Amino acid sequence: MGRYVLRRLLQMIPVFIGTTFLIFVMVHALGDPVNALFGDRAPDPAVAAQIRAQYNLNDPLWLQYVKYMGKLFQWDFGTTFSGQTVTSQLAAAYPVTLKLTAVAFTIEVVFGIGLGLLSGLRRGRIADNSVLILTLVVISIPTFVTGYVLQYLVGVKWGILPATVGFDVTFQSLLLPGIVLASVSLAYVARLTRTTVAENTKADYVRTAVAKGLPRHRVVINHLLRNSLIPVVTFLGTDLGALMGGALVTERIFNIHGVGYTLYQGIVRQSTNTVVGFVTILVIIFLLANLLVDLLYAVLDPRIRYA
Amino acid sequence: MSSSSTSAQPREATADTVESPLLEVRDLHVEFRTRDGVAKAVNGVNYSVRAGETLAILGESGSGKSVTAQAVMGILDSPPGFVTGGQIVFKGRDLLTLGKEDRRKVRGSQMAMIFQDALSSLNPVHSVGSQLGEMYRVHKGSSRQDAKAKAIELMDRVRIPAAKARVGDYPHQFSGGMRQRIMIAMALALEPDLIIADEPTTALDVTVQAQVMDLLAELQGEYHMGLILITHDLGVVADVADKIAVMYAGRIVETAPVHELYAKPAHPYTRGLLDSIPRLDQKGQELYAIKGLPPNLLRIPPGCAFNPRCPRAQEICRTTVPPLFEVTDEAGTPRPGRASACHFWKETLDD
Repeated sequence: MGRYVLRRLLQMIPVFIGTTFLIFVMVHALGDPVNALFGDRAPDPAVAAQIRAQYNLNDPLWLQYVKYMGKLFQWDFGTTFSGQTVTSQLAAAYPVTLKLTAVAFTIEVVFGIGLGLLSGLRRGRIADNSVLILTLVVISIPTFVTGYVLQYLVGVKWGILPATVGFDVTFQSLLLPGIVLASVSLAYVARLTRTTVAENTKADYVRTAVAKGLPRHRVVINHLLRNSLIPVVTFLGTDLGALMGGALVTERIFNIHGVGYTLYQGIVRQSTNTVVGFVTILVIIFLLANLLVDLLYAVLDPRIRYA
Repeated sequence: MSSSSTSAQPREATADTVESPLLEVRDLHVEFRTRDGVAKAVNGVNYSVRAGETLAILGESGSGKSVTAQAVMGILDSPPGFVTGGQIVFKGRDLLTLGKEDRRKVRGSQMAMIFQDALSSLNPVHSVGSQLGEMYRVHKGSSRQDAKAKAIELMDRVRIPAAKARVGDYPHQFSGGMRQRIMIAMALALEPDLIIADEPTTALDVTVQAQVMDLLAELQGEYHMGLILITHDLGVVADVADKIAVMYAGRIVETAPVHELYAKPAHPYTRGLLDSIPRLDQKGQELYAIKGLPPNLLRIPPGCAFNPRCPRAQEICRTTVPPLFEVTDEAGTPRPGRASACHFWKETLDD
């Protein structure tokens, strides 16, 4: 087990280097960041030259990357053109996004698995069909539509929950964006759970559990659900990363100053350091989440052993 | 052989004092309502088992032997399966009239079932210790430690070596024979009055089959349990069963004490089954097989269900369903426990 984890951690190094380099190249391909900084006006050549020198923009791209990575390992993510350090941006944005992700993930797990279980146990009946239709609708509608509609109905028209999130991030204000962010993944989790539950209800060990005279709730939770969750956990693990990075649209709609929002600003202003810094952290989260899923696999299914 | 004679001893002693059987299935009907129509899987089955007695139920796949057992246990997949008639009287109570919760309490504690494929029938993600201990935790409310101690005790009983060290192992870490022992241990856990073993040795190789069968017979004798042994393996039956019921298309077509059935079958189907056993002294000859296929349960042939495959079929077989005739010897005295659902049982017997 220890050796397996070590091997997986070592494997992360080339993946980490590859992804960050790709991001680095792609952000530079967007165009000249100094020109973008000045917008339509032509920059003063002296100022432009100074900025170029300060941000190593005259070096070849690979050297820029090497210099950037060198600083990165000293926890120096560089500064934006406006002089703000990326580290402070990270410190401001990540806690907000983490809270939002936690809310969304909880909703996704509880309602996704709950609805999936309900519908898998009652396959072909009304409850099952309603869940199938509902999840299909949720999957088909883009997030920004559900986002704006819910914001208008729940937040503005009925006034049940706050419509936007201010600087003071409360749990209540994150509830609505959490639902919006979770909705699509929730639908996938529900469908995935439904399929595996429906499949496993016919399994021999479930029949054995019934023959042992166990109460129904014990048969369902201890025997049926435990086995059905293995593929669901895989999905949830990869989705955790996607929720953190993919909250861009939701954070825009609800004015949440989190990762997605800051990243968006960084792309618009072609702030290389912001974009690369944020994505680097996202890459690390993705890799760790995947490792966690693989380790969780072995906990859930004793037939899988890592050596 | 030795195990059957030892287990028969206490039965003889108590046979007079026990007037009502442990389990009596009366005119049981089960059907499966599928998209293609109604499949009549069990059509009026009667049988009974006394404490300490072994009843073997013999038949091809799809003859309704497993479905009958599932109906007795109350684990029929419903829908599509429905019990549409009959009674299942267990220790004086008709199980079919019991509520769901009462029925559940009977399962596992008073009657238990051993399944064919132990690998798929045991939960892959729970240790065998926790699966065995679950019986005590649920039915007796035992604590975790007590349940584990009992699980180790059970594993010792079914002679799993190093039970204490292996109690935390998972089903896939055991061999086929050991897994089936765990199934047996699980069934025995609460010392039930009746055990239903649904082809307990089919998935095992021959040497292990004998060990598992012996163990089952020995434990049955020890606890004085009734045992219903469902099988299509005539060799397994001969050693351990007291009486045999042969099923075909959801009906019992012949019942007999075990040795009489082997010596003189009274139904052409039983005869066919016995003739299908490959024999060493007839090496080189073509193997015998009953011609044709088991009937489609959606369209059971009129008359005797076996008539399209029967070498002895006459006009009457195609029109009239034969009742279970009492089988008598030449002098006309009835043979105890013998019956045959064949219009020509006498001729078959004389063959």
